[in-house]
Amino acid sequence: MSFNDNVRKVFTDQLNEMKNGGIFKEERAICSPQDSEIEVEFPIGSAMKHVINMCANNYLGLSSHPDVVKAAHDGLDVRGYGMSSVRFICGTQDIHKELEKKLTEFLGTEDTILFPSCMDANGGVFEAVLTDQDVMIADRLVHASIIDGMRLCKAQNDSFKHSDMNHLEQKLQLHQDKRLRLIITDGAFSMDGDLAKLDKIVELAEKYNAMVFLDDSHSSGYIGKTGRGTQEQCGVMGKIDIITTTLGKALGGASGGCVSGRREIVEMCRQKARPYLFSNTVAPVIVEGALRVLDIISKSTERRDKLEENTKFWRKGLTEAGFIIKEGETAIVPVMLFNAKLSQDVARDLYAEGIYAVGFFFPVVPKGQARIRTQLSAAHERHHLEKALAAFIKVGKKYDILGKTKQEIIDKYGM
Amino acid sequence: MPATKDVILEYVRNEYLEEGDDREVNFDTPLISGGIVDSFSMVSLKVFLETKYNIQIPDAKASPEAFDSVNNIMVLLKEFNIE
Repeated sequence: MSFNDNVRKVFTDQLNEMKNGGIFKEERAICSPQDSEIEVEFPIGSAMKHVINMCANNYLGLSSHPDVVKAAHDGLDVRGYGMSSVRFICGTQDIHKELEKKLTEFLGTEDTILFPSCMDANGGVFEAVLTDQDVMIADRLVHASIIDGMRLCKAQNDSFKHSDMNHLEQKLQLHQDKRLRLIITDGAFSMDGDLAKLDKIVELAEKYNAMVFLDDSHSSGYIGKTGRGTQEQCGVMGKIDIITTTLGKALGGASGGCVSGRREIVEMCRQKARPYLFSNTVAPVIVEGALRVLDIISKSTERRDKLEENTKFWRKGLTEAGFIIKEGETAIVPVMLFNAKLSQDVARDLYAEGIYAVGFFFPVVPKGQARIRTQLSAAHERHHLEKALAAFIKVGKKYDILGKTKQEIIDKYGM
Repeated sequence: MPATKDVILEYVRNEYLEEGDDREVNFDTPLISGGIVDSFSMVSLKVFLETKYNIQIPDAKASPEAFDSVNNIMVLLKEFNIE
């Protein structure tokens, strides 16, 4: 079929519908390395603006760390640019095995397998491990990639209300007739910034003979006293059967992900996980950069300690200023505005003040739960946060939302 | 014995409303298009109906539209002689 006008109209209609519905996403061009201060063109092609970045997953500030950049350079020189192969043909270098071993040590698991991304890890792991005799029981706020992975798997899927342990227990009781039960949760939930009750989940898993799956992408590297993630924070190191995580956030921010956990599960992924089998190996520069990241954070907790301090300062500052934030202990701090348009207006005004933060609204979050998701970094210095806080307060005053209740904001701006 | 539609309404309230969520849910309330049940969580409703009434709902019939309200579900169940 040729791409004639009628065909084109099918797509332009859909795109226009997204634009009219206010859910069309526009990209900004960052014209500098990722950091706490960046150069941005928004819209692309407009004048460049110097802003403080409050929305990167660069939790440990390692995305442009000179030691990591140097390690990647060295990797490029010594191991080349690409491998032009999947892992099992001729795409496995010694450094891939070394990184898998280092991740296993860091996460305190039995074995690890690298994927091109955590999206791919989540997309492939369930189908590789479970069958139609099994059940997956997921927290209702898990990441979209987990939902996609579950849809590709023949096991029955079920869900429980967000962090509701009574509901999870009911579901575990309901599914006692299945061969295997897998409880599925995120560690830090990306939109709300709260942590899974992983200790309680492990307790229930032991009581009802279930395995536990944890996506720790937003926690690995900084949650827990030594940054081992939610499992360390909740005191259940070694008790999680399947952990997926990413190298694209705290752990260097480039790309790549992994499945780490029981050795038989990792081996099943190596034999059967389609995103592993049918996509290219992680590039050597990424592997060398990630190895250096693990080296840095294994030697010292300085960066995660600084992030913890930054997070406390930011949460306290916003709360004292009168904003409604989602309570939690992670470096994800959602500022609740409830109304979709208000979240876009506030983000635009913050940008004018030199603060880069993004509004999230339906369908990314539930209707009436629009927010600006702010994210802290160890790359933030106190002066960055003071400037950002001053801008939030200025914009908050403009819209008269400081010190107001949820209901008062909704009465003024609508859901 | 409670009517089938009451049983389903009760299930929907318990299964999908979070604690403190005081939204009114009645027989006509749009569940999926109204944002109470997302398409992912809809599966547990299907499993509940299948288990409770000992039926198999083919995936083709388990559409978001068919599950969009308790009354819509009652129309679907009618095909299985459940009223």
